[in-house]
Amino acid sequence: MLASPHQQGAQHGCRRAVITRAYRHDLNGSHLEPGAPQLEVDRVSLTFGGVRALDDVSLDVVQGEIHAIIGPNGAGKTSLLNCISGLYRPDGGRIILHGGDADHSLARARPSRIARWGVARSFQNIELFRHLSVLDNLLLGRHVHMRHRLLPSLWYWGSARRQEIAQRDLVEEVIDLLEIQAHRHKPVGSLAYGIQKRVELGRALAMQPAVLLLDEPMAGMNVEEKEDMARYVLDVNELAGVTVVLIEHDMEVVMDISRRVSVLDFGLLIASGPPDAVRQDEKVLEAYLGQEHTA
Amino acid sequence: MAATATGIYHRSYRSELALRHTQAEYARLTLAAAVVVAVPFVATPYWQTVANQIGIAVVGAIGLNILTGYTGQISLGQGGFLAVGAYTSAILVERLGAPTLVGVVAAILMTAAVGAFFGLPALRLKGLYLAIATLASQFIILYAVRNWEFVTGGVQALVVGTPTLFGFELNTDFRWYWVILACAAAATVAGTNLFRTGLGRAFMAIRDQDIAAEAVGVNTVTYKVLAFAVSSGFVGLAGALTAHWTTIVTWERFTLDVSILYLAMIIVGGLGSVSGSIYGAVFMIVVPAWITQVAQDLRGQLSFLARELPAIQLGVFGLIIILFLIFEPRGLARIWHRMKDYVRLWPFRY
Repeated sequence: MLASPHQQGAQHGCRRAVITRAYRHDLNGSHLEPGAPQLEVDRVSLTFGGVRALDDVSLDVVQGEIHAIIGPNGAGKTSLLNCISGLYRPDGGRIILHGGDADHSLARARPSRIARWGVARSFQNIELFRHLSVLDNLLLGRHVHMRHRLLPSLWYWGSARRQEIAQRDLVEEVIDLLEIQAHRHKPVGSLAYGIQKRVELGRALAMQPAVLLLDEPMAGMNVEEKEDMARYVLDVNELAGVTVVLIEHDMEVVMDISRRVSVLDFGLLIASGPPDAVRQDEKVLEAYLGQEHTA
Repeated sequence: MAATATGIYHRSYRSELALRHTQAEYARLTLAAAVVVAVPFVATPYWQTVANQIGIAVVGAIGLNILTGYTGQISLGQGGFLAVGAYTSAILVERLGAPTLVGVVAAILMTAAVGAFFGLPALRLKGLYLAIATLASQFIILYAVRNWEFVTGGVQALVVGTPTLFGFELNTDFRWYWVILACAAAATVAGTNLFRTGLGRAFMAIRDQDIAAEAVGVNTVTYKVLAFAVSSGFVGLAGALTAHWTTIVTWERFTLDVSILYLAMIIVGGLGSVSGSIYGAVFMIVVPAWITQVAQDLRGQLSFLARELPAIQLGVFGLIIILFLIFEPRGLARIWHRMKDYVRLWPFRY
């Protein structure tokens, strides 16, 4: 997964001509070219009893883009994310993660397996390991990239110690990118909300994901914190080249940072496309943005 | 992070990952080692026996803490797992004539396997429900021990010969002390190391947030079962040591009281702390031993005290657990931490 800075620049083409920092690690786990289809959600449906949380939802996430999923409360956004990351099992449809060598079907796989294939996520309500330090939380993001053998771990022998040190290198890069140096050794439970949100983003990023799912990364933040978070998400996407799927309620943020927007309403996908097109879509105005305009 | 860690700068990750950084820390370790080595030379026979009990309890408590303190899977099956270790080793050595070392290693592996099996309910159950499920394992194992007569000898005691190690016959508490000390030290080192590496971190991740653990790629099924196995391996060692040290294995030594005693050790010592397991083991063995001693000394004047000894011990026991849960849920380890900070920062408050 090591890539020198110029390789990284070349890999992601002209859009990333203004790389400002030298990365020693490629945080993007995808082997696909930017612009290639990365994640394919195909006619996915999910029901809870009589409620159709997702109704034949199809969308494509393209490598290298920020793809926002918006919709009113209860529209099924988080359900969709949970289906992709394996926490829910959809009743029907396929979810395909395209990889360099093989495609993976996510629809009925274990979440830990899906994580191994390169889908990382954050949660709407922060789900960090609260008694562990920031560093340990980020190192847990490296879990799938490490070998865990019992005897070397018990004696802190060779490979066990070597990989602790090796993984620390990449984790430090994530700490740098998200500017959480000051909090490295603190237990995350003791940190401010905004910092915790950032640590959670960091933990997902440390996984070197092919797709990064962010469930309301800016919820409950003030304007300044939102701006900061938006910048981090942009950094993650533009500097590190990571594909991001984003759920967010703040329309300004969504329209500003995302390349593509999909709109859900009562489990149905009612629109999908570039922000400007979606903004003018009548169904969307009616279902969602329209209410905001009249308000 | 302790205040004692301020002002230390590292030039490599490796040095930062070291367990000790300051001279004070090395001095404390040396002092502790000196005390531990001096104990058998100054202790009376009664306290010598107590010291050996402590050593075995340390191994078992670290084992239980791996499971309950670090992985968050509460277990009331400790007594049963100790029995598996004790009987496995005793039977292999006594009935089948295996060398003691083989018996002990087999006990570790066997208990790990049995622990993993009885850990399977943890894949579905959490908290109190899991406690009840592991309680069942306690009773099932003891039932098997009492009734599987042609293997375990049933309710009758199984007598084990004194083993020989490096040409020494382990027939005194003094000699046993060094063997038990070595095991306790190894368990401490292994327990500490486990939680410096990714494997132990995955255990702690399951304790703190199992859904997020799954989302970062920790297969919670495998790791929960593994936690049960590793924990039970330690407990199996403690059981085997008990068997060979006491030379008599009976099911009465492994009842539910023992499971609760071990839970009390890690609660009093500190959940999720290896050093806490040690403090707790020392505390929970020394306090009853000390009460017994006092009661015996006072037998002449206050005979009712000696008569009511078991009741008093249980009462003090319960009181200690309640007091710790109320005033210091993070146990002796936390108190020790605070003391160190206090001394280091004195005369300032923070």
